[in-house]
Amino acid sequence: MLDATSILPLTVDAVAFAGDGRLLLEPNSFVIPAGGVTVLLGPNGAGKSLTLRLCHGLLNPSRGAVRWADAAGGQRAARRQAKRHAMVFQKPIMLRRSVEANIAHALAASGAEPTTRKSRTGQALARFGLAERAAQPARLLSGGEQQRLAIARAWALRPELLFLDEPTSQLDPAATRQIEELLSGLVSEGITVVMSTHDLGQARRLADRVLFLHRGRLVEDAPGAQFFAGPQSAEARAFLAGELLW
Amino acid sequence: MEVGAVFRAAFALVVGLDPDFLGIVGLSLRVTLTAVAVAAVVGLPLGAALALARFPGRSAIIVCLNALMGLPPVVAGLAVFLLLSRSGPLGPLGLLFTPTAMIVAQVILVLPIVIALTRQVIEDLWGEYRDHLRSVGLEGMRAIPTLLWDGRFSLATALLAGFGRASAEVGAVLIVGGNIAGYTRTMTTAITLETSKGDLPLALGLGIVLLSLTLAINAVAFGASRIGARYAG
Repeated sequence: MLDATSILPLTVDAVAFAGDGRLLLEPNSFVIPAGGVTVLLGPNGAGKSLTLRLCHGLLNPSRGAVRWADAAGGQRAARRQAKRHAMVFQKPIMLRRSVEANIAHALAASGAEPTTRKSRTGQALARFGLAERAAQPARLLSGGEQQRLAIARAWALRPELLFLDEPTSQLDPAATRQIEELLSGLVSEGITVVMSTHDLGQARRLADRVLFLHRGRLVEDAPGAQFFAGPQSAEARAFLAGELLW
Repeated sequence: MEVGAVFRAAFALVVGLDPDFLGIVGLSLRVTLTAVAVAAVVGLPLGAALALARFPGRSAIIVCLNALMGLPPVVAGLAVFLLLSRSGPLGPLGLLFTPTAMIVAQVILVLPIVIALTRQVIEDLWGEYRDHLRSVGLEGMRAIPTLLWDGRFSLATALLAGFGRASAEVGAVLIVGGNIAGYTRTMTTAITLETSKGDLPLALGLGIVLLSLTLAINAVAFGASRIGARYAG
């Protein structure tokens, strides 16, 4: 499925971000290798979304650099070349078009040929159980269905790595469970997942690795099981104990 | 003539499909719809570009456009008159007192409305879509086609506002068209003339048609945008 040259590992090298004269993200460094689920965990305002946006290229770091193994794949060397990492947002952004057209639009935007567009749209609809909804207006779907479409739309772009920013924070438990199952399916397909959450239960269920952020600083970077069994930092212990810290 | 008789005569004109009468209605529609079409082709992309672009002087342009939405039609007419008059810069084209001159004047009236309202609609939509569009690689001006299409139902209202302004105004078309019978006489200029002459049935008949057309176009647009809004969610 993937091209011979991989864009992974992703290297985040002392990336900091300042806005309005305030340092919102301290210089953090980590590496995302291929495979598995990395969860960015932390209370609100810890810098989880910011980190994801910087990695995906929606924001430029004030200091440091985000580097992909294959610069051409990561940075979209040619204007019409897709960048092979995609992002799903907290509140699904649905175009005022049909379910099908939402997927086809994303493919067209990233430079897919019309025939490829058609076949991949069909595959995405089938893969995510949206075929019956293909002609419906995307914005009239339920919240869970909208997020499913957002993931289907990102999947259609054939990303090696998928960023998700609090993908279930606005969903009920059933829809949340469904999205989590979808994500596990993506990982078993070989897609690397990097997601943020403040939901401890979700982090426990999904995380192969935890990056714990607090006030813009990467406090702890550990395998999921190890993090939950015995967090090293005082901040992480307090967070796991449910003592909200900010 | 008493009011009842005036109304009866006016309805007779409307129902009787008098050729002169139809000629006036036809010219009015041709001039106004052409002006709105030109303003749409130019103004929709310009308004969208203004919504996305950031450059020094942008705020000044927006303020000017908002002010131009209230440009008095006679002033627009005067400007076009000076431009097209025999001694003016575009005088050799010989366009003064032609329907083309009237279209030009109305484009000047409609364009600021279309650009200003489009900018507002597209800026709001961009705020909502920005993250996703940038994520899939539609940055800057490349996002315009998507935004114009997805804003189509709101943008129809902008064009409708432009149509309303053009179809209702009399000052600009009177100055640059000259109200020549059978050539540049529109509904509004005819109403002005016939009222001052005392031919109230013709003036009233035209008034009724003008109102009905405006009502019909608005009803169709409203229905279309309701259906569209239900579809787009």
